[in-house]
Amino acid sequence: MGDLLGLVLKRLGLGLVALLVVSVLIFFAVELLPGDIAQAVLGQSATEETVQALRERLGLDRPAIVRYFDWLGGAVTGDFGVSLVSGERVSEAISDRFVNTLFLAAYAAVLAVPIAIFLGILVALLRNSIFDRVANVLTLTSISSPEFFLGYVLILYLAVRASMFPAIASLSGDMTFLELLHRTFLPALTLVLVVTAHMMRMTRAAIINLLSSPYIEMARLKGMPPFKVIVRHALPNAWAPIINVVALNLAYLITGVVLVEVVFVYPGVGQLLVDAVSKRDFPIVQACCLIFAATFILLNLAADVGTILTNPRLRHPK
Amino acid sequence: MTKKNQMLIDRLAEAARQGKISRRNFMHHSMAAGLTTVTATGLWTSSALSQPKSGGTLRVAQHDGNTADTHDIGVYQSNFDIGLVHTHRSFLTMINPDGSLGPDLATEWEASADAAEWTFRLNSAATFHNGNPVTANDVVASMNYHRGEASTSAAKALLAGVTDIRDNGDSVTFVLDSGNADLPWLMTDYHLAIVPANPDGTADWQSGIGSGPYRIVELDFGTGARLVRHDGWHGEGAYFDEIEMLVINDPNARQTALVTGDVDTVTLLENKTLGLLARNSDIVVENVASAQALTMPMHMDTAPFDVPEVRMALKLAINREELVEKITFGAATVGNDFHHSPAMPFWPDDIEQRQYDPDQARSLLASVGMEGLSVNFSTADSVTTGAVDAAVLYAEQAKAAGININVVREPNDGYWSDVWLVKPWCMVTWGARPTPDVMYSLAYQADAAWNESRWKNPRFNELLQQAKSELDNDLRAEMYREMAVLARDDGGTVIPYFPNFVYARRTNVSRGEHLSPAWSADGYRYASRWWFA
Repeated sequence: MGDLLGLVLKRLGLGLVALLVVSVLIFFAVELLPGDIAQAVLGQSATEETVQALRERLGLDRPAIVRYFDWLGGAVTGDFGVSLVSGERVSEAISDRFVNTLFLAAYAAVLAVPIAIFLGILVALLRNSIFDRVANVLTLTSISSPEFFLGYVLILYLAVRASMFPAIASLSGDMTFLELLHRTFLPALTLVLVVTAHMMRMTRAAIINLLSSPYIEMARLKGMPPFKVIVRHALPNAWAPIINVVALNLAYLITGVVLVEVVFVYPGVGQLLVDAVSKRDFPIVQACCLIFAATFILLNLAADVGTILTNPRLRHPK
Repeated sequence: MTKKNQMLIDRLAEAARQGKISRRNFMHHSMAAGLTTVTATGLWTSSALSQPKSGGTLRVAQHDGNTADTHDIGVYQSNFDIGLVHTHRSFLTMINPDGSLGPDLATEWEASADAAEWTFRLNSAATFHNGNPVTANDVVASMNYHRGEASTSAAKALLAGVTDIRDNGDSVTFVLDSGNADLPWLMTDYHLAIVPANPDGTADWQSGIGSGPYRIVELDFGTGARLVRHDGWHGEGAYFDEIEMLVINDPNARQTALVTGDVDTVTLLENKTLGLLARNSDIVVENVASAQALTMPMHMDTAPFDVPEVRMALKLAINREELVEKITFGAATVGNDFHHSPAMPFWPDDIEQRQYDPDQARSLLASVGMEGLSVNFSTADSVTTGAVDAAVLYAEQAKAAGININVVREPNDGYWSDVWLVKPWCMVTWGARPTPDVMYSLAYQADAAWNESRWKNPRFNELLQQAKSELDNDLRAEMYREMAVLARDDGGTVIPYFPNFVYARRTNVSRGEHLSPAWSADGYRYASRWWFA
């Protein structure tokens, strides 16, 4: 297990380097965009004079490299600065919304991961049956449709026609947990539909791949029921690819849900990032992107650790 | 009275109760059904003008809200900001539902004979949400925030002519460098909200304290706000107990929320679905002529637009009715190449409407030897809904006159800094301005920074200056008429249409007889003017 700890530490260190590189890339990408924050904030009503005054107030007249190291100096001490537009602390501007994003991602994951893995096992068991075909067609259809389209279809049938769920998932402070689950059900369901197919098909493929191995044949020959063969013998060896796909999809649930946020009016971090980019609000863009990058790094690390833990050969290397 | 007529009258009364019919139409149809004027008026009063009553929480789906919105009165830009400021702050004056100018914080105002000094008497009953009275000191601090060298306010240009603002205790005097008869109208600009003064004389916009009909309880920019009635409000109305503003930027989500009853009113509808929504019996769609405009300014000092015949040919080669019908789905008012909409005061209603006439355009070009003219026309998707489609349609229409309009699709990012005022011919949208003087001074005056067509007509500029300080309204109307004709025939701007404000409410929300043309949702004063039926 000592090796595992060493691996985690090493990967975390590399993750920090990756974050640094990301921050450089993001900073200069924002710099490359045409126009700057002063023009974006003042918009059509910008005059030469007011743009200049605003630039000076925000310190944009200094060279880009100086501004980057200024920001970096703060960031390493945990101070991500203030939003250039609102003057609010970046941590405050992001925290509430990030919690919302995490909640929605967790809600969708809690539904999607068990469903996907269970369906995956089921279709591996009943492979090439009608059930397998139907499940594949349905999940592939839902993953191939754009999220906003799925969202609109769900709204049409479950909110407008059937009035079972609210069409907009706006949050207010005095909701009970059950109300919250009810209100955010449609966006969560949309995300479930988007991520299920990927995980389900990977589970199916990984299991079917193993079914031709001699030890599975042995299990079958000694008279074990098919479901037990898969769950007891095939699945433990199939975890590695499944865990990796699950981790990728979890990262997607956190970073890729802007469209769902817009369609359901859900106050998550995606909309904040889009607004910040259009206003060239660099500290917010930077913080959002770093959070996203860190999510990917941590989830990939978790996937690797999971893979090692489920594989005795990796757990006890010779 | 026949049974058929009785049914008609019942239907009319129902429509009137739900606010689906204007008074004029109601009278017209009632009399057709055999009612006398007196009975019809009585019926209108009893059914339509259901007396306002207090109570309830109005939930509003507001479009155009961003996480970058702010309390800073100098950089207000989004519709959420503008909607919020009319709900929680006050101005010196306001535009009434019928389009006239009325009192807000100022009860009355008067000018010196040359209109270079204006004195606004303040309402002594007005209070801020923290209980402090609104004083002349607060007004001076708020106005000074937009003035001076270091100001970054977008309203700086608006107050450029103000040389001094005097605090007279119960009134404020604005001293101008030259006469401006429009100053009371300018005070309705959404940047010129009154905020409390700090002890050092600066303006306190950060706290969000206002003196408007509703007080902010919760606010999260980009998400929404909750406001409760300010009991010490100096105005009339404010019937709702609470207002919930919800930012919904996606047009589909807004409409769905309205249809499912998750909100009571929405501030913007998509034109495409107007017809479908109007069929829903729970929803009333409002389609209000506005002073917003779509303009196509040509740089008049750049070839080929320096030739008057070319400008006229391009004005004749556009089919405005078709654009209104196909691009806005009927939600616009046809323009006539002068930037003065029917929703502004002093609108001259007797100027002949310019028609689509490709043959005349062709012969005009032939007369200067420029047949087969080919010009670039810049636009971008972000200019307005259907901007590129509108440009392509115009190009098609112009082909009939042998003109080749080459539509250049510019990037959305940086359109206002890299295309507008830079490219010789482009598409522009303008927000509503309160008076023709403001509009003309901003974008048509010879030395204006935003003179987008680089038009320098001496007579026009002379009239503009005269009209500015003229306190006699009849004379002013005459001057604006002459200026309109000059802009229409000599100016360099094609104006296809003035987009309407299109919004909706559920039938349980009632409104007064008129809707203000100043902004969407009754000039964004829905909170103080509407009520639950």
